[in-house]
Amino acid sequence: MSVKEIFQNMDYGPAPESGQMAQEWLQQHRQKFRHYIDGKWQSPASRKYFDSINPCNREFLAKISQGNQGDVNKAVKAARTAFPGWAGLPCHQRARYLYAIARQVQKQARLLAVLESMDNGKTIRETRDIDIPLVARHFYHHAGWAQLMDTELKDYQPLGVVGQIIPWNFPLLMLAWKIAPALAMGNTVVLKPAEYTSLTAMLFAEICQQVGLPNGVVNIVTGDGDTGAFLVAHPEINKIAFTGSTEVGRMIREKTAGSGKKISLELGGKSPFVVFEDADLDSVVEGVVDAIWFNQGQVCCAGSRLLVQENIAKKLYGKIKHRMEKLRVGDALDKANDIGAIVSPEQLDTIKKLVNQGAKEGGDMWQPSWACPTEGYFYPPTLFTGVAPSARISQVEIFGPVLVATTFRTHQEAVKLANNTRYGLAASIWTEDINLALDLAPRIKAGTVWINSTNVFDAASGFGGYRESGFGREGGREGLYEYVTRFEDDYAAKPVYYKPGNSKSNSGEHTVSSKGNSGEHTESSKSKSGEHTGDSRQWAVGSGQEAVGSFGQSPSALAIDRTAKLYIGGKQVRPDGGYTMTINAPEGPVGQVGQGNRKDIRNAVEAAHACKKWSDMTGHARAQVLYYLAENLQTREQEFAHRIQLMTGVNTKDAREEVTLSIERLFYYAAQADKYDGRVHPTIYRNVTLAMPEPIGVMGIVCPDEFPLLGFISAVIPAVAMGNTAVVIPSEPWPLSATDLYQVLDTSDVPAGAINIITGKKGELLPTLAGHDDVDGLWYFGDPAGSKQVEALSAANMKRTWVSNGKYRDWRKHQQGQGEAFLRNATQVKNIWIPYGV
Amino acid sequence: MGQNKTKPVTQKTDLRNQGIPFDASLIKHLKVNRSAVERRAATLGKRRSVKKSWQTAWLLKAISCIDLTTLSGDDTPGNVQRLCAKARQPVRMDLLEALGAADLNLTVGAVCVYHNLVRTARESLEGSNIPVAAVSTGFPAGQITQAQKLNQIRASVRAGAQEIDIVISRSKVLTGDWKGLYHEVQAFREACGPSHMKAILATGELGTLTNVAKASTVCMMAGADFIKTSTGKEPVNATLPVGLVMVRAIREFQELTGHTVGFKPAGGIRTAKQALEWLILIKEELGHVWLNARWFRFGASGLLADIERQLEHQVTGRYSAGYRHPMS
Repeated sequence: MSVKEIFQNMDYGPAPESGQMAQEWLQQHRQKFRHYIDGKWQSPASRKYFDSINPCNREFLAKISQGNQGDVNKAVKAARTAFPGWAGLPCHQRARYLYAIARQVQKQARLLAVLESMDNGKTIRETRDIDIPLVARHFYHHAGWAQLMDTELKDYQPLGVVGQIIPWNFPLLMLAWKIAPALAMGNTVVLKPAEYTSLTAMLFAEICQQVGLPNGVVNIVTGDGDTGAFLVAHPEINKIAFTGSTEVGRMIREKTAGSGKKISLELGGKSPFVVFEDADLDSVVEGVVDAIWFNQGQVCCAGSRLLVQENIAKKLYGKIKHRMEKLRVGDALDKANDIGAIVSPEQLDTIKKLVNQGAKEGGDMWQPSWACPTEGYFYPPTLFTGVAPSARISQVEIFGPVLVATTFRTHQEAVKLANNTRYGLAASIWTEDINLALDLAPRIKAGTVWINSTNVFDAASGFGGYRESGFGREGGREGLYEYVTRFEDDYAAKPVYYKPGNSKSNSGEHTVSSKGNSGEHTESSKSKSGEHTGDSRQWAVGSGQEAVGSFGQSPSALAIDRTAKLYIGGKQVRPDGGYTMTINAPEGPVGQVGQGNRKDIRNAVEAAHACKKWSDMTGHARAQVLYYLAENLQTREQEFAHRIQLMTGVNTKDAREEVTLSIERLFYYAAQADKYDGRVHPTIYRNVTLAMPEPIGVMGIVCPDEFPLLGFISAVIPAVAMGNTAVVIPSEPWPLSATDLYQVLDTSDVPAGAINIITGKKGELLPTLAGHDDVDGLWYFGDPAGSKQVEALSAANMKRTWVSNGKYRDWRKHQQGQGEAFLRNATQVKNIWIPYGV
Repeated sequence: MGQNKTKPVTQKTDLRNQGIPFDASLIKHLKVNRSAVERRAATLGKRRSVKKSWQTAWLLKAISCIDLTTLSGDDTPGNVQRLCAKARQPVRMDLLEALGAADLNLTVGAVCVYHNLVRTARESLEGSNIPVAAVSTGFPAGQITQAQKLNQIRASVRAGAQEIDIVISRSKVLTGDWKGLYHEVQAFREACGPSHMKAILATGELGTLTNVAKASTVCMMAGADFIKTSTGKEPVNATLPVGLVMVRAIREFQELTGHTVGFKPAGGIRTAKQALEWLILIKEELGHVWLNARWFRFGASGLLADIERQLEHQVTGRYSAGYRHPMS
């Protein structure tokens, strides 16, 4: 085209970034890559390779090794061998390595960017300006954490060998998000890149060599899902960190259940992009572009659901369409393109199918007038308007450049629509009204909330999901905890009890045989619990009341029957099944409790959800309630001590100590209720990034069997102190301390539904609780079998679980029975980005 | 917000902006999000790139949109005549020939001077179709009476200025006297008669981007043919975020009334690279219609020299030196 013609039409013309250096690099490797294990390139045991192609033009780039069990074994072994040395390095030395990696990434920034664009199909504008700078930033930031580990995380140590599986949408960035914190905290890693996009990981392996990283600290095994499965199943792995689909994440949760492996999952999303009438609409349009046409929409946190206030919808749709006409789709290496290629033909197919379905379901589809290039896997930006939440495209993650829009009337409705999803990764809120923005931000269930912005990331801010978008955080201080564990506390392999009858309070271990969740606790029982043993008037509970003497009854008087019911929604209710369990003690039966069933669990969960009051209360107000609870427990100290004594057979001193410790623990969490606070992360943009710990929601809590009162208080109170509501299964052999609490809860202003207590057999109740899709978190203090069951069943809705895996705390010790770990597990961190400036 | 009652009207590019009656509802709820605007402005130049022939053509386009300007206390007929000669022949003919652009009849968009030099400029540009623009209304501060301002405009129009660059009263913006601003500018426009009026907002003195958006809209309501960022004398002049806010206001006004309004960033634009960024901004946010001197101008004095060197680089492949190009 002549200069004169261009002078008239003012077209852009081609603006290619050269791929030559990247091609030369591929040639140096003869377009064939082996695994990177123990600091060396190692051929795949299978001798099998697969092709990596450029999705913009289908050109062959390189052959990639298919990893099998043998390769994974070799890599894990190398990582295991390297671990003690790496973990034993002084923090400063590890910091130097991470710093060197960051520098090396910067020095090779353009090669990395070009290679990434060729391999993935994303535009050079994005790899050059976003992906690679964020990679360098992540290593710099974590070089800092490596340096500070001694001082900032002094109670923590590395986990060991970490298996990491990353997706193809941000290949090198996800590698950085995984490797940087793991290495900074002293772990060694085996990483598996996505099969479509392994090339920048190969270049990263070279960088590890260049900086002289000790052999085996970073191992990269390439391959497909099978390779990943070997990694997940490997017994020598201490943790799995995964980013990818919710489907695979769920599989990983199930496969690792009960293994003791720590896992963090960053999964799918269908993130809402909420626009209010007072927003700066032209800026909103650019936000939409960054939300859904960034990386071809192949972004887990893409703002893929546009929620618009009804009165401005038409205007906004018009502006968006106008803008869509100006988007440019084409070769990733053209510097003037906005949208590159979809990563693979399979992915392109999925997008096409979902779009067709959306059109069939009555959505109003709009695409720009221009056509996409045909030589690669391209798909045009697409807008659906007037889509009901019931349509499939409103619910499922399309993972393509497809925006689905619907309208709302009020901000309350906006919140409802925003939360009408099983995902909870991110949200974007557009309004010029700070009251509105800050009203919505805490109410939308999402790990990241961007006010008047979208898809901004920084190493100093934690990123991760709520609900089925997974758990764990990457980035920021909150992300570090995924890669460390506390210095091993002295947990016991068997439950820790007071010794019955022993006059010394510093009792040793005393085990009660606890066969799974069968509810049989035979050593302390003369007969099996749940068995009716006859006349209730003969029970020791009668003499218990006598000992307390609250009613002034004579020993001979017939005690009034006090069979505890269940405690649901602030009311004592009869168990749905109509059965009662007898509680036996060394001296004989001491009482009866309701035997809850699945419907009681269901009702309790509903009551817990209905209790909005508790989570809306301020930390101070919750603290006041907990102090009141302590106060009321104090006034009935003797009664509670006596009950403990009757049930467990411990001596008076020990029983009283348990009550005293329970009161102290209440004080501890009352004190924490308004003090366990968040942070303001110093991210690299002009904004305030608030890291807010939020309650998880409705939590199931399975109390330890031991310490009937202290175990209950220690397990339940941290969760509720943070604003969660709880469905509690108390000690199975000794539930009466929990049922005695009903009245104390009533008189202490605990709102109805904040704490719900279902007595009964854990073996029956636990599966219902763990499988309940409306329970957001679940704690289990007990045996390995129960721990495994909790983790496996929780995979369905990705509950946040915390299980003891058969390690038993001595609940009397502050070190073990209380602390920050409880609070951290009772909360999830939401990062709220608030840009400012007029 | 309720300001979208009027349906978008087809674009009237042949007509001058006639203005519309003052409508407070158009500005009452206007809000500009600075962070979002800055984000867009920062990435605009990175999302697009023009290379080779395209870069040449775009740079030539930039030249055709320059208001070649001298606004100094030491201006004399002599240097203004030189400036006008440069305006007629902004690029060495041998370069244009080498670039295949000799028959574009390339000139700059206008010559911009103080009132005293309008006649000199007109005479120097005789027969060239290059208009003369006069800065007016107490430029640059505008701290004189309205009557004096109107007299200045009329005098410049009489002296032959086809374009009048007026400055608005910043105090009216800063005190929220939008109606007062409307009447002020409307009176200027009336005084301009057939001459085109460019309203200088002096954005560096308006405090906020929201004020920039509001002032832009009020000036367009009052009938401005162009809105212009700055006098070049404020501490901060044409920046991309400010430009973005103003062109979006132009787009909104055009959709609302059908009237096309021109845009002129002025001050601080010195390099060919900056010029390309501005042209990209116009193409992306407003569209092709605006990419010519009728609707877009650069207020600049040093920009041309940098573009000339870039053009020679396109021809020779060697980096050029300033002294190889005729000065103004």
